[in-house]
Amino acid sequence: MSENNSKGKICVIIGASQAGVTCAFALRSEGWEGEIILYDSDPMLPYYRPPLSKAILTKTENIEENTLKPLSLYETENISLRLGSKVDYINREKSSIELQDGHSQTYDKLVLAIGSRPIIPGIKGINEAKNIYTLRTAEDAGQISRALDSCVKKRVLIIGGGYVGLETAASLHKIGAKVTVLERESRVLARVTAPEMSQYFEDLHSENGVHIITNKNVISFEPQPDYTKIICDDGTLYNADIIIIGVGVFVNKELAENAALEVDNGIKVNEYTQTSDPDIYAVGDCTNHFNPHYKKHIRLESIQNANDQAKVCASSICGNPQAYNTLPWFWSDQFDVKLQMVGLYKGYNEIIVRHENGEKHKFSVWYFNGDTLLAVDAVNNTKAYVMGTKFIKGANKVNKRNLIDPSIDFKPANLLANNV
Amino acid sequence: MAQITFVTKNKEEKVLEGTSGSLMKLATQNGVKGIEGECGGVCSCATCHVHVPEEHQAKTGEASEIENDLLELSDNVQDNSRLCCQLQITEDLDGLVVHVAN
Ligand SMILES: Cc1cc2nc3c(=O)[nH]c(=O)nc-3n(C[C@H](O)[C@H](O)[C@H](O)COP(=O)(O)OP(=O)(O)OC[C@H]3O[C@@H](n4cnc5c(N)ncnc54)[C@H](O)[C@@H]3O)c2cc1C
Repeated sequence: MSENNSKGKICVIIGASQAGVTCAFALRSEGWEGEIILYDSDPMLPYYRPPLSKAILTKTENIEENTLKPLSLYETENISLRLGSKVDYINREKSSIELQDGHSQTYDKLVLAIGSRPIIPGIKGINEAKNIYTLRTAEDAGQISRALDSCVKKRVLIIGGGYVGLETAASLHKIGAKVTVLERESRVLARVTAPEMSQYFEDLHSENGVHIITNKNVISFEPQPDYTKIICDDGTLYNADIIIIGVGVFVNKELAENAALEVDNGIKVNEYTQTSDPDIYAVGDCTNHFNPHYKKHIRLESIQNANDQAKVCASSICGNPQAYNTLPWFWSDQFDVKLQMVGLYKGYNEIIVRHENGEKHKFSVWYFNGDTLLAVDAVNNTKAYVMGTKFIKGANKVNKRNLIDPSIDFKPANLLANNV
Repeated sequence: MAQITFVTKNKEEKVLEGTSGSLMKLATQNGVKGIEGECGGVCSCATCHVHVPEEHQAKTGEASEIENDLLELSDNVQDNSRLCCQLQITEDLDGLVVHVAN
């Protein structure tokens, strides 16, 4: 395919993780014939992040089983992988990037797939305390595992009850740690789901022996010889051997800002993942993009978004632009519970919770704005997830009376509003 | 050790050998086109859809309820559709042939 005149051209991708690697391979399948160079400061062969807080932490899988692609595949597809290389600056005038090691590289097309990094709150004593970790990279997961292995009391304190914090809590509990989660808000998952779901996960954790305490704002760490004292603003005190911080992420936006690209809660991109510079694209966690289904600008932290934007980007670069228009979906695994989510729940004014035959751990939460179904959270209930996906995509109206009634068979024919 | 053949949409045959893990991992690690495994194998995305020819179905058994539900989100679903993240490689699968669905 030479329509795109890509022979002899260079596409540079910064960030070789979910979005960057997917984009590189998609460029090849879309017919990009020029060079593809992928840079990442992480020295590891690119890997999936989701298992870091799940199967990798519980040691049921190792990182080698979770590489995105084997090294040989980069070679076959002629994709240059430059690992352990940090990019410091984008020089738009010269169409080149500058590396920390002093080298530079020119580009015809540049893709920013630089993701996000954990927020490190400015808590007093954080730099002095030992055994404090975040969880974003394979190295982080390894460090947490080693710290736990060499620790007798295994008291783990997790700051922040988001998905990563709660998954980490469940996983470490499974392998014998005594886990406490401190959440500053009045409920866990406050930024990402409704109070009904927060309550369910708080109960699930306490049933399984993880201690979740809300309304706890940590203000200082006091290092002791072999553990750390954690102090909250209400005067309560906790002792822990290992502390994990999971209070959210920052977009890695500095490269874009310093290159004077438009940035606003993420690097701004249009529906073809193009930034304010037409030769520079951005994909994945680092982007602020428009979602046509919900008609608003959003930033997502998910595998779905990283993969789908990467493919949109590759087809745009190859001259076959397709607007990004995917319904967001996400999942989380904690203990034996599988949570599957589709859509964006924010802006709902009605919630319907449907339990299947009184089963406590099998239900679904349906978010509506008037008659419009916005999102579905399905707990151990793939059927609900699948139906929700179809209904939202099809903009179908749902028969709420049937939905709420567990004696009515859970199938599309019974749930669509025109089948009253 | 099991030898497994993936036939892709453009009729390319890839013969792979595996000892453990899922068929999806075997396929993605070897660049089988059309098998994406976006969720990493936790039965959440339906991007590892294959068709199992009738003569091989005894080897693979039946899809679980979750798997069948999720398959509804994929294109080209047939009676012999499976999500190959749910097929664990054992010696019993030796000689299996699957056709990539999308
Ligand atoms: C523990 C954990 C569990 C998760 N679980 C789930 C889940 O269950 N489901 C789900 O959908 N999502 C999950 N996610 C989120 C998902 O992993 C992210 O959305 C996804 O990784 C985003 O991909 P990305 O490529 O956009 O960004 P990232 O994965 O953040 O990758 C960005 C890359 O860019 C590199 N980089 C940044 N700046 C530079 C620079 N200047 N020079 C060179 N390299 C640079 C970084 O080293 C990094 O490798 C999880 C994340 C974590 C951390």
